[in-house]
Amino acid sequence: MQRFAELFTRLDETTKTTVKVAALSDYFEKVDDRDRLWTMAILSHRRPKRTVNTTLLRQWAAELSELPQWLFEDSYHIVGDLAETIALLLPPPQSKREESLTYWINFIISLGSLDEEDKRAAVMEAWSELEPVERFIFNKLITGGFRMGVSQKLMVRALSKYTGIEGPTLAHRLMGKWDPATVDFQALIIEPSDSDNLSRPYPFYLAYQLDKSTEEIGTPAEWQAEHKWDGIRGQLIVREGELFVWSRGEELVTDKFPEYHPLAQLLPNGTVIDGEILPWKDGRPLDFNDLQTRIGRKNVTKKILEKAPVTLMAYDLLEWEGQDIRQHPLAERRKLLEELVSNHPSGGILQISPTVNYSSWEELAAERETAREKHSEGIMLKRLDSPYLTGRKRGDWWKWKVDPLTVDAVMIYAQQGHGRRANLFTDFTFAVWDGDRLVPFTKAYSGLTDKEFNEITRWVKSNTIERFGPVRSVKPTHVFEIAFEGIRASTRHKSGIALRFPRMLRWRRDKPIAEANTLEDLKGLLQV
Amino acid sequence: MLVQSKRIEPKSGILCPNIMLLEFKEQGLYCPVADVYIDPWKPVKRALITHGHSDHARWGHQHYLCTTTAAPVIRYRLGDISLSTVDYLEPITVNGVRFSFHPAGHILGSAQIRVEYRGEVWVVSGDYKIEDDGLAEAFEPVPCHTFITESTFGLPIYQWEPQEQVMQDINDWWRKNKADGKVSVLFSYALGKAQRLLQGLDPGIGTIYTHGAVENTNEIMRQQGIALPPTTRVTAEIDRKDYIGNMVVTVPSTLGGSWLKKFKPVSLAYVSGWMRLRGARRRRAVDRGFVLSDHADWTGLNDAIKATGAERVFVTHGYTEVFSKWLREQGLESAVVQTAYGTEEEESSTESQ
Repeated sequence: MQRFAELFTRLDETTKTTVKVAALSDYFEKVDDRDRLWTMAILSHRRPKRTVNTTLLRQWAAELSELPQWLFEDSYHIVGDLAETIALLLPPPQSKREESLTYWINFIISLGSLDEEDKRAAVMEAWSELEPVERFIFNKLITGGFRMGVSQKLMVRALSKYTGIEGPTLAHRLMGKWDPATVDFQALIIEPSDSDNLSRPYPFYLAYQLDKSTEEIGTPAEWQAEHKWDGIRGQLIVREGELFVWSRGEELVTDKFPEYHPLAQLLPNGTVIDGEILPWKDGRPLDFNDLQTRIGRKNVTKKILEKAPVTLMAYDLLEWEGQDIRQHPLAERRKLLEELVSNHPSGGILQISPTVNYSSWEELAAERETAREKHSEGIMLKRLDSPYLTGRKRGDWWKWKVDPLTVDAVMIYAQQGHGRRANLFTDFTFAVWDGDRLVPFTKAYSGLTDKEFNEITRWVKSNTIERFGPVRSVKPTHVFEIAFEGIRASTRHKSGIALRFPRMLRWRRDKPIAEANTLEDLKGLLQV
Repeated sequence: MLVQSKRIEPKSGILCPNIMLLEFKEQGLYCPVADVYIDPWKPVKRALITHGHSDHARWGHQHYLCTTTAAPVIRYRLGDISLSTVDYLEPITVNGVRFSFHPAGHILGSAQIRVEYRGEVWVVSGDYKIEDDGLAEAFEPVPCHTFITESTFGLPIYQWEPQEQVMQDINDWWRKNKADGKVSVLFSYALGKAQRLLQGLDPGIGTIYTHGAVENTNEIMRQQGIALPPTTRVTAEIDRKDYIGNMVVTVPSTLGGSWLKKFKPVSLAYVSGWMRLRGARRRRAVDRGFVLSDHADWTGLNDAIKATGAERVFVTHGYTEVFSKWLREQGLESAVVQTAYGTEEEESSTESQ
């Protein structure tokens, strides 16, 4: 694992992407196919299943470090990362063991079949044979959530540098289902055969939020506008009579949505549609939350199907008659999509996302204002002559989301963050007035600058009232403007409401706590 | 008295009941018998000062007393004050209370203050570290009944490598930057850490430039007869190309500011005990973090306390609750004391603005 540890250290020591790409492509050159595949897998979120639960890891680490469990836990709260905490606390290694990354990953996979006592012995032995950085990596591989400061995009760039194959082609070859334990590097990356392609989705094209005025991007005639539906972005593939549904997170979700199964027969082979998996009933979208509860379930029961049925709101056509048409202009792809949907009636399983008719930007802005009542997140703008690109790109597609709802709230609890934000208070609970009481209604973690987090951290430290483990109650003093995308009634929360995507928009230093909003105000937003 | 956890009664028969040799008052640590304060944070008549960092040596007291080697920096920082000095181990008696200063190993001139009265001994350690850094007078354990300790790094995650190893890593980093045609910039605290780094940097690699705040302290120490390698103050007159391949030692407040713009291409490194954690390093957005501290690490704190033989330990700043609880589990009497220390320089885990 030394090579991988070296790679990790090099990546960790720089914030410059060029240096990261160079480090990664050097590494790809040095290691064998299997280590290379596992590295690609880790960097594209394909990890082995967790084989040891973290409670056990914590116990064993405290034991081997000869520390009381409470001190281990307190240390963990400060470090904010379990893998790192363990690596820091363990005594120095007793001996040295040089094995490949693949060896250690297989070692971790093999733990799954051991009983607790054997697992413990195996993990403890590994800990006593690994250097601190290697230990950290080993722990990260066990606990999952391995971030190395390298996005999938960056990994593709490095792989492209190493193989000489173009980025978008590689991104496509890396999509979908492949198992780093068995797949052949040559067959996956260098010369893939068509038979492997059956279920393979195309990389999704993602948009940035519009950060300028609509006037600056051109005239309405150049742009197609449609609503940005609030479901799960998905890709539906019909090839050789088989249906595959992929979520944007590259998860194969075909079985989760039996509604789509008839499309395997209804649609012609060689069809790939980009669209939104949208909960839909009585001719209108349901709340996103209905879809979320459905995804969480293991089995799709009849009851769920009745409560939250889905439709596919089609946005784009990527493959037609077996041909990849992503390079064709949007206007042309849209025309084919419209024909496809109207020529193959599906009883509402497949619908086309309607375009907005508008002749001026003012008209479109007015349509955007109706987004909330139409259960959409705003407007999507797509340049009519644009190809379907790979990944998040600026220029041809823009999200033009509706402005968030906001409320002024009082900070009442604070907790330290994790990872980059360890040792800083970054996770806060906010309250609004209910009579003369402050009722907590949401948590928020993001939206402040590092400088503001530093300032609030110093303030929390000297204004703590009580501690509940890692959580501190603080003197109600500071008012923050909280932004959120949606609000709904909830029986699970004391306040009776739940917010979607809450974050801190601004620190309202100008406002005394008496001027924060009330629960009544919040409940009023439920009507919107 | 601001003792947070359980109240600790003094040993009977040593002092009058309910009178402690040192009390924790609003202004700071106070010796009622001698009527003097140690490192007070509010203006008082007579203050004994452990060292020159600004959370321990504050402005506004009527009279100051510190060690001979700590005095020049304290004078420089606090200006025209009434300051007397004393050598290490040289006793001073005030109304029957015997005070003496003992090396704390934190920075040049830093002291633990031993307080003895009718056979009862307390030691106020100020800030300290165990490793001899070759610059500060080396820490010496002082046997006592009651020890007042810091706990800036009072968690077992904080363990230091020997200074020699860290300096070797820093010099290797410098050499590599030089080979890559880059300027090396080290961020460290102006008083203590910066001079410690200067002593360990290899002048054979290139020129060492310094920020004004560092250089002012260097000048004072050189006048005291401390040998530091040659350094050049960064000024507007220096050609930017001259920095390439060389070293710049500066203070943390310059991180992210326009002062840094003259160094290009550049590699940035932060030197602090906090660099032990990945998150703390990444938050500062520097290329490297070197773990080097002027405070004791976990092992150092525990060894120091053991070496005093103290039965009772008050914990003043840092991870106080955790460390105090740990000490109680080790069979010592211990409690947390609220102080105003730990607000500046290395002791704060958040950057100074």
